[in-house]
Amino acid sequence: MVTNIFKKLKTEAPFHIVKRTDIPRWKKWVIRLVTVLVSLLLCGIISSILKPNSFGTFFDEMFKGTFSTPRRIVNLFQETAMLLCIALAVTPAFKMKFWNIGAEGQVLMGALMCATCMRYMGGSVADPVIIIVALVASVAGGAVWGAIPAIFKAKWNTNETLFTLMMNYIAMGLIAFIITVWVPSGSGVVGIIRYGQFPRLGQYPYILNIIIVAVLVVIMYIYLRFSKHGYELSVVGESVNTAKYIGINVRKVIVRTMILSGALCGIAGWLLVGGTSYTISTSIVAGRGFTAILISWLAHFNPIAMVISSFLIAFLSQGSMQAASTFGFGGSFPNIITAVFFFLVIASEFFISYRIKLRRKMNVEGEEIQPSKLEKFDNSITEFFANIENKIFRLFTKRKTKTVADNSVAAVENECLQIPATSQTDDLTATIQNSDCAEVSDKEVQE
Amino acid sequence: MFWTFLQRSIRFSTIFLYGATGEIITEKSGHLNLGIPGIMCIGAVGGVIGESLYLKSLADISNINGFAAVFVPIIFAMLFAALAGLLFSFMTVTLRCNQNVTGLTITTFGIGFIGFYMNRIDKTNFGIASTYFTNGFPCAADAGWFGQMFLSYGTLVYLAIIIAVIAAVVIKRTRTGLNLRAVGENPATADAAGINVTKYRYIATIVGSAFAGLGGLFYIMDYLGGNIEYSVDTYGWMAVALVIFSVWKPNWGILGSILFGALYIAPNYLNVSFSQKELVKLIPYVVTIIVLIITSIVNKRESQPPAALGTSYFREER
Repeated sequence: MVTNIFKKLKTEAPFHIVKRTDIPRWKKWVIRLVTVLVSLLLCGIISSILKPNSFGTFFDEMFKGTFSTPRRIVNLFQETAMLLCIALAVTPAFKMKFWNIGAEGQVLMGALMCATCMRYMGGSVADPVIIIVALVASVAGGAVWGAIPAIFKAKWNTNETLFTLMMNYIAMGLIAFIITVWVPSGSGVVGIIRYGQFPRLGQYPYILNIIIVAVLVVIMYIYLRFSKHGYELSVVGESVNTAKYIGINVRKVIVRTMILSGALCGIAGWLLVGGTSYTISTSIVAGRGFTAILISWLAHFNPIAMVISSFLIAFLSQGSMQAASTFGFGGSFPNIITAVFFFLVIASEFFISYRIKLRRKMNVEGEEIQPSKLEKFDNSITEFFANIENKIFRLFTKRKTKTVADNSVAAVENECLQIPATSQTDDLTATIQNSDCAEVSDKEVQE
Repeated sequence: MFWTFLQRSIRFSTIFLYGATGEIITEKSGHLNLGIPGIMCIGAVGGVIGESLYLKSLADISNINGFAAVFVPIIFAMLFAALAGLLFSFMTVTLRCNQNVTGLTITTFGIGFIGFYMNRIDKTNFGIASTYFTNGFPCAADAGWFGQMFLSYGTLVYLAIIIAVIAAVVIKRTRTGLNLRAVGENPATADAAGINVTKYRYIATIVGSAFAGLGGLFYIMDYLGGNIEYSVDTYGWMAVALVIFSVWKPNWGILGSILFGALYIAPNYLNVSFSQKELVKLIPYVVTIIVLIITSIVNKRESQPPAALGTSYFREER
């Protein structure tokens, strides 16, 4: 018996993986929600391993670090806004499958331009003028830094991942150089620049930053979803050949999108220097450029979903920062927490796009052998879920069919729905048939 | 003066060489592992933990065995880094996650990991243990410039060069290497030819990561003399750049890494002002970009990245 099982295992894997295209939207969100909860739990467990009996206090500290005072809440939203702004910036490029990991450098260039404007125009020109000029300069700085790799990619198909990565370090080096010029003493610290700071709205700082980013979210959503440019770049991302075939100028789209991406990064740099820290250093972006890539990917390039994912990351990093300082874990602890979170979320995508199926045993003639106990168990589980799915599905469809007094539609539909419950067909095909059936009934309803 | 400079460059280049050799082996299988900087950090921590455990197990520091003091950390560093590589390959091969995103996450994790352990490891007697890493051949001092050039390095420097040469030979000359390249170029064809794509990708990524982890160990135990103070991730990104510079050939990687090392330490030897030094530090990156552009313009078949680089392979998806 045991040897038999081993023989079977040797010849073929007991399960195989199939792609699924039919997963309902609510199920996706359930999987994601569960993942987020599980990863939060895991973070708590890690904390309690490092410091015994800190499981409950860990979550206390997480909330204390983010929501306990209005000031901290503003800081949390400010961090969310910064991450969100950079994530918005990298999104059009990623949608085009242009792996721009140079957001860090593009933001730095924007920050550098902003700091330059503030430093050299300060005192002689009014603050609002400085802010506007700094915005233009930052956008230009970021756009140029984004456009350089794009031009080479468009012209000679140069690998953009590594090109943009190198551009990060060049930007950092340039800033280090300019800081040594500005501060000849060699301390490397540019003090707070007093001119050209953003005006403070209300009691707390950073409110203006948050408003600007909120506006950007809406603009980017519209741009990606409804504009011709947004359509073109997603076609290029799906298939360059299709894009060429329908007459899209691929090179132009690549360069244009990267200029946009860089320009938005420039705005992020402008917000960082002019609206947040009022100074510049090589570590001002602090790895946000890389985190933003993960945020954008996590949200499936949807600007609205990015609001949620960047808020989650900001919450995790700010909260675990507080926990780390209370427990004495040091400043690197938030990195570990964010990474654990990302590992789980990335892995959870597998369960959204694929399904594990146990293999059915065939004999030599290709007929099915009686399913084993394990298989029966698996089948009954899938059937159980298929039934629940169908019930929910029926809830929605019945309402529609009721309005049309056409019995035949309902009959066809019922027939379709009975398939998974009665026959041996696996629920994948059944759900496909269901969706076909749903289309039919929807059409007839419309008629 | 010149010999000292060259000797220092070669010593410094070892950090890049380990990372680059590991990344080349990984990329040859079609995996773009952007987690290499993080894996080098993890390897460094692993090695240091190993060293710490070994030193604690000694009754007295005078009992220290030079071979074990070097060998134990090497095993630990490779083990930790290989585990990170296993995680990466499990996520990208089995779960088919996006490689860039997974890699960046591993890098984030690695930076956090080394930062967390920096102040937590018992560093007693690390200075003594470090001498076993840095000591060259005993006859180095008597052999003049020859001794300085070829005999004065620590164990890990020689090991790096040996690994790079072996990797070059295996990739270029053996059937395993041919299969590996096939998997990286066109996994579907390789699969049809009966090559186990999953196996090759797993092994290449894990082995590559283990080698990269040694780079972190070298930086901490040899270059910094057992003083775990700085993160290795910047050098890890340089190693990723070096892969392009050496056009995916480990043997060219040896020369490339020496050049990078020389460029990196050049500012300390040049008679330039403080701010000009910052500009000189940019040269390695600019050179990498130029090489990247030239290889893409020339578009020679030998100098291209593996065709399937960065893509997951799913047999049922055609």
